[in-house]
Amino acid sequence: MDGANRYDQPVAGHFGEHGGRFVAETLTRALEELAELYDRLSVDPEFQAEFQADLKHYVGRPTPLYFAEQLSNSLGGAKIYLKREDLNHTGAHKVNNTVGQALIARRMGKPRVIAETGAGQHGVATATVAARLGLECQVYMGAEDIKRQSLNVYRMKLLGAEVIPVTSGSRTLKDAMNEAMRDWVTNVDNTHYIIGTVAGPDPYPRMVRDFQSVIGKETRTQCLEQIGRLPDVLVACVGGGSNAIGLFHAFINDADVRLVGVEAAGRGLDTGEHAAPLNAGRVGVLHGNRTYLMQDDDGQIVETHSISAGLDYPGVGPEHSYLKDIHRAEYDAVTDDEAMAAFRLLNRSEGILPALESSHAIAWVAKKAKELGPELVVVINLSGRGDKDILTVAEIDGIEI
Amino acid sequence: MSRLQACLAALATGNKKALTTFITAGDPSAEATVPALHRLVRSGADILELGVPFSDPEAEGPAIQASSERGLANGITLRSCLDMVRAFRSDDAVTPVVLMGYLNSVLAMGYGNFASAAASAGVDGLIMVNLPPEEAVAFKQALLPHELDLIFLIAPTTTDERTRMIVSEGSGFLYYVALKGITGADHLDVGPVAERVREIKSTTALPVLVGFGIKDAQAARSIADHADGVVIGSLLVRTMAEFDDEAARLDRLGEQVSEFRRALDAG
Repeated sequence: MDGANRYDQPVAGHFGEHGGRFVAETLTRALEELAELYDRLSVDPEFQAEFQADLKHYVGRPTPLYFAEQLSNSLGGAKIYLKREDLNHTGAHKVNNTVGQALIARRMGKPRVIAETGAGQHGVATATVAARLGLECQVYMGAEDIKRQSLNVYRMKLLGAEVIPVTSGSRTLKDAMNEAMRDWVTNVDNTHYIIGTVAGPDPYPRMVRDFQSVIGKETRTQCLEQIGRLPDVLVACVGGGSNAIGLFHAFINDADVRLVGVEAAGRGLDTGEHAAPLNAGRVGVLHGNRTYLMQDDDGQIVETHSISAGLDYPGVGPEHSYLKDIHRAEYDAVTDDEAMAAFRLLNRSEGILPALESSHAIAWVAKKAKELGPELVVVINLSGRGDKDILTVAEIDGIEI
Repeated sequence: MSRLQACLAALATGNKKALTTFITAGDPSAEATVPALHRLVRSGADILELGVPFSDPEAEGPAIQASSERGLANGITLRSCLDMVRAFRSDDAVTPVVLMGYLNSVLAMGYGNFASAAASAGVDGLIMVNLPPEEAVAFKQALLPHELDLIFLIAPTTTDERTRMIVSEGSGFLYYVALKGITGADHLDVGPVAERVREIKSTTALPVLVGFGIKDAQAARSIADHADGVVIGSLLVRTMAEFDDEAARLDRLGEQVSEFRRALDAG
């Protein structure tokens, strides 16, 4: 494909042909500074100790690895373990990253942070750490998402953040990210942009991955403690892909551990109404990185659909695109209906209310448990709790709360 | 010598400043663009920038974002932008045309396909807002045989070391972004811009044009004292959208560009 698919210059921040730093020139210096600082901090024992202490005492880590015996029995197949990221402070894995990035903002002496948010979990996690460190915080959120995630919007306001509705484009997560980039271009001197997933320009994909990799590190240790061996299959939902990379990363070199990312098939991959770029997209450039994208023949980014606002994104982190290309991880997709059924299943079988995002991972396992068989150990990343989704589910059930 | 280089060389010889205008293709309608390009030239524009509508224009302010959305709503694609340039070329063989947009449009067509199609349509250069030189190696190679200039931006935040790198990679002209912000933003300060442009010019023979945030002829004049020319965008984009009547739209566009021309040509 005349070089379009080739990797220009192998510099840090590229994952095969994916990743890179495709940004307006004004932002380049800020990204260089961030990368330089992060390269230092990632090997700085003092910073790492500070980060680990916050994860333990503020976030509440380690999170349990829970054997979901009832769920396993009801599905009649693999032994299913849940990595309980829903038990983190603020209710999702997102806070692992925002705690790390807030420490970085403080090191840089930047008094203001901004974030984009889809479901509102990353916005809440950002507003939370900003409140704690006394940073001014503004969160960009698509006007559509504000409607479907009103609880999280109010939570952010209670935390002292300003939620700015984004009315351009499709009024969802991707447009919130555009608007956050525009803010950052304008206020780059005093502002740190806390990107919530493993996408965006370098160094974000690797920095956010590193902060989230605590999930997989703990899972590895817990598996060895609880079952005396590594798991056979790891399953996580993939929107931008931060909880999945967080779980996978510590196992990348364990070739026998199967890595499965589950995208949102929405109303079905064949309907076009989904958010599954790894399953049905093409490589392109958006939000500072080259990766698989949902786009039309003219390269316009198309509107996505998922019942879960957190997966409703047309791109995916570049490292996932790379893991797909080299066949280290596999990426499947489940529909809105399958995710909803899994949401109900986990409530009834285990008394756990999962986020609709995480329900996609559960749905994949529900479909495959028998086929995998009773000898296999499967770990699902239960990336967040579902309180925020209750209104959405009630509406589907025709109940007004 | 390419049309763009010839144009800039002639302006320099005549001690004149380059007036570069930006409008978005297909805004407010597909038919509006080519007549507007001709009117811009008749009213004094030296170089035409034609915006390629993109779904996610990360570096644009509200005016150009909205124009991009209108262009897309009118069904404009990169190929239809090239068709517009071809139509413009049938009546104007000299005025340089530079496409400005985002990399994904070009990636979707393929670098090689795009380069030959753009050259045959009569395009002279490209400004890819989200393509820094480090990521541009393959694209530059594809453009090279077609004598298409890839124009890079330099920002207030660009370090001296990086400026030298960009200068060495650039062709056609260098585009200095006058402010930290998005297109059409509102806090242009001439002093620092002048200083930076002087520094850049001391290191290169390439012309340096200044854009982002130039809102009136007065500002253009002050900037042009220090640069080889200016780029006027959001103001004209707003005019394109303001009038339903084509004659009124073109008249207003002409008035605005003439005013900039007079200011740039005045002593």
